[in-house]
Amino acid sequence: MTFPQRIITILMVILGTMLTRFLPFLLFPAGKPTPKSIQYLGKVLPAAVFGLLVIYSLRNVSVLTGTHGLPELIAILVVVLLHLWKRQMLLSIAGGTVCYMLLVQFVF
Amino acid sequence: METRKKAFKAAFPHTIPIFAGFWFLGLTYGIYMHVSGFRFLYPMLMSLTIFAGSVEFVTVDMLLGAFHPLQALAMTLMINARHLFYGISMLDTYKNTGRKKAYLIFGLCDESFSINYTANVPPDVDRGWFMFFVTLLNHFYWFSGSTLGGLFGSLIQFDTEGLDFVMTAMFVVIFLEQWLKDKTHTPALLGLGLSLLCLLLFKADGFLIPAMASILAVLMLLRSPLERKVRTQ
Repeated sequence: MTFPQRIITILMVILGTMLTRFLPFLLFPAGKPTPKSIQYLGKVLPAAVFGLLVIYSLRNVSVLTGTHGLPELIAILVVVLLHLWKRQMLLSIAGGTVCYMLLVQFVF
Repeated sequence: METRKKAFKAAFPHTIPIFAGFWFLGLTYGIYMHVSGFRFLYPMLMSLTIFAGSVEFVTVDMLLGAFHPLQALAMTLMINARHLFYGISMLDTYKNTGRKKAYLIFGLCDESFSINYTANVPPDVDRGWFMFFVTLLNHFYWFSGSTLGGLFGSLIQFDTEGLDFVMTAMFVVIFLEQWLKDKTHTPALLGLGLSLLCLLLFKADGFLIPAMASILAVLMLLRSPLERKVRTQ
């Protein structure tokens, strides 16, 4: 690929990314009433999307090979229990991550 | 000035996990570009202008392959289509943020969305500035991490294996926080279940679009019972 072709490719990626971010705001501008169905989606989508993001961040874990996803499962349990116990975001995240690092570096 | 300082102080702690995650992923990304033969200017400018982690990794492969601009655009739209969901959810929250709005939308990555949607902003803190600083800090972490990775990445000795789990941990906590707030758990369970099902059916590279489509379809099918429950919330 030549240098101008590289630049064009990168510009295409920028354009695509910005389209996905700006489109909802362009289609439903603040001045006009948002359709009821979109308002409904705005209320129920976040919880569903957080579920999607959890799975998305685990998409490369293989359950059938290697460590069978056990370190991930254990670390997630640690995150959930820590969070239900103390309800301190940073503590739950740090605790789970340290636990995961110890598991993959020393145990599995 | 006082308003901004207060908002910055409130926003910063929320972004600490993202700092860890973005530096790790950004360094990895910078190193990846470095070993693929690109100067540090590439990860530096791409992280500044694209600011969408997963697609930036894919772009490295695109840049190494043949020149297919439309394919690059289509691929980007598919990987980033989830941003449409964030936009729809943020229509209200980003209203009345004035001139900051364009930047808030530009920086609406997974992490900015998660924090800005769920954070309990103290009543004496300006919500617009709070969200602005969350976005700006995230952008800065990603930019600095990728640049440093491109510059010095090959020199790192510290064993960071497993540090990328910080992002999973953060999404689990945010999912849980939303769960504890919600009266009805149907949307959360649908998101988790349908995504998992699509991952099993379509594998890691192809599950995102079917997962989003099925989530959207089922949420629309369940509209009348769910709308009643959401309204009483």
